[in-house]
Amino acid sequence: MRQRWIVALKVVVHAACFGPIAWLLWRLYLTASSDPGALGPDPTHTVTFFTGRGTLRLLVITLAITPVRKLIPKLSWLVRFRRMLGLYAFFYACLHLTTYVWLYAGLSWSAMVDDISQRRFITAGLAAWLLMLPLALTSTAWSIRKLGGKNWNRLHKLVYLAAIAGVIHYWWGVKTGVKTPLEITVALGVVLAMRPILAWRNQRTALRAQSVARS
Amino acid sequence: MPHEKTSEVPAAEITPKQVYMNRRRFMAAAVAGAAALASDRAMHLAHASPVEAAEALATVKSQYSTPGLAPTPLYDITHYNNFYEFGVDKDDPAKNAWRLKTRPWSVKVEGLVKQERTFDIDDLLKLKPMEERIYRFRCVEAWSMVIPWAGYSLSELINECQPKPEAKYIQFVSLASTKDELLPWNAGISWPYVEGLRMDEAMHPLTLLTFGLYGQDLPNQDGAPVRVVVPWKYGFKSAKTIVKIRFVKSQPGTTWNEMAPNEYGFYSNVNPNRDHPRWSQKRERIIGAPLWKQWQPTLMFNGYGDQVASLYKGMDLIKDY
Repeated sequence: MRQRWIVALKVVVHAACFGPIAWLLWRLYLTASSDPGALGPDPTHTVTFFTGRGTLRLLVITLAITPVRKLIPKLSWLVRFRRMLGLYAFFYACLHLTTYVWLYAGLSWSAMVDDISQRRFITAGLAAWLLMLPLALTSTAWSIRKLGGKNWNRLHKLVYLAAIAGVIHYWWGVKTGVKTPLEITVALGVVLAMRPILAWRNQRTALRAQSVARS
Repeated sequence: MPHEKTSEVPAAEITPKQVYMNRRRFMAAAVAGAAALASDRAMHLAHASPVEAAEALATVKSQYSTPGLAPTPLYDITHYNNFYEFGVDKDDPAKNAWRLKTRPWSVKVEGLVKQERTFDIDDLLKLKPMEERIYRFRCVEAWSMVIPWAGYSLSELINECQPKPEAKYIQFVSLASTKDELLPWNAGISWPYVEGLRMDEAMHPLTLLTFGLYGQDLPNQDGAPVRVVVPWKYGFKSAKTIVKIRFVKSQPGTTWNEMAPNEYGFYSNVNPNRDHPRWSQKRERIIGAPLWKQWQPTLMFNGYGDQVASLYKGMDLIKDY
């Protein structure tokens, strides 16, 4: 992939990730100024699901990059979008957390402590955000050098836990019996399951190559 | 939205025209119109805004209406619904409830009554004078509205049915026909939707057999053609789109209670002191209010304690939630 195309594609990805947020902020501004219905009858609910679902989708897309690269070596250049997408996922997660802190808890510490200690879906959501925080903080090239590739890789395995905690947070947050989180759960399941499957496949090809070389 | 203003005239008369002819609906109509030539979905869009087509419903004032409340805009009442038969998201019922055909319609009364009967909807509409009842509406999900319903006390119909003395409970069955409804796979509940009340709750004058809101027929997504409204209980107790009323001896099954008994009790009286496992019930989000004043404290029995607290004398409402 030529550099020019990568740059062009990055512009597109930025637009695709930031566009929805710009739209949301614009509607939020309208809601507060001229049109109280700009975000629907319940803006708090709208913003919560918009940012929450956005986070999980971006996480799954980020996690899809590695298996897709391994499956289709021609698409190896996709790795150059991984950090960017991961950071956007964290950005959406921050907006989601802000929605909770500001619109639900009304910036009240006691309400938040109550929620975190008593409501497991909030605990799971906070855990997911906390797991993403060190990853966002160590996303720079400088951090990779400083930590060393091996350590950095090990640390960034936390993204699996973060995504799983995020999906659990979604399931625990919806009504018992409601299955709206199923699609994103399946998607995450696929991108996670592809890792051991691809590793196993690689191992087999390697073994076969070895035995061919020996004979 | 002046919350302190008491309405001297029925809300249907004071509601500004722009609430009905909302800009958003103009947009939907425009989109529908533009697409009408090409697409079947356009028909759905056009149907998704049923409110201007609704028939006017003449109402008289009622002593049971709650004074001093400003009704939630009609658009919000008709576009923020929990009606899982038509989809799980809040805006799904507004998009899908056009599928429901509300004529012909009848309500079957069965069980422990002198004689089982079937009422035609048009006879039910004429049974008693239609009253306007402005009630608070509190959803178990911690949001609330103020809705100007139209109907008469359920007790009027119950008296007409002459239940036997052994009838201690009443069960409502909502429509579930795959022809009219989506019955989505991801809703989790089983159909038909059933709800129930203890007989003294059902006989309470505040319990409303409801046919309309904002002075017109109930929009489909709000439970057309007939539903109950029990203003001191969480919204899911107020069964929509009723096809059957059963008089029974013991506590009947109710949908959400059977689904998750630890979350939704049979009584489900609005109670700020008993939290739902997933959220606090101490306060509620006012639908249609500006973001910076969207929260208000929740009142015991949703503010109807003076009228209904005596029904629960001697009961532990934390245990019998």
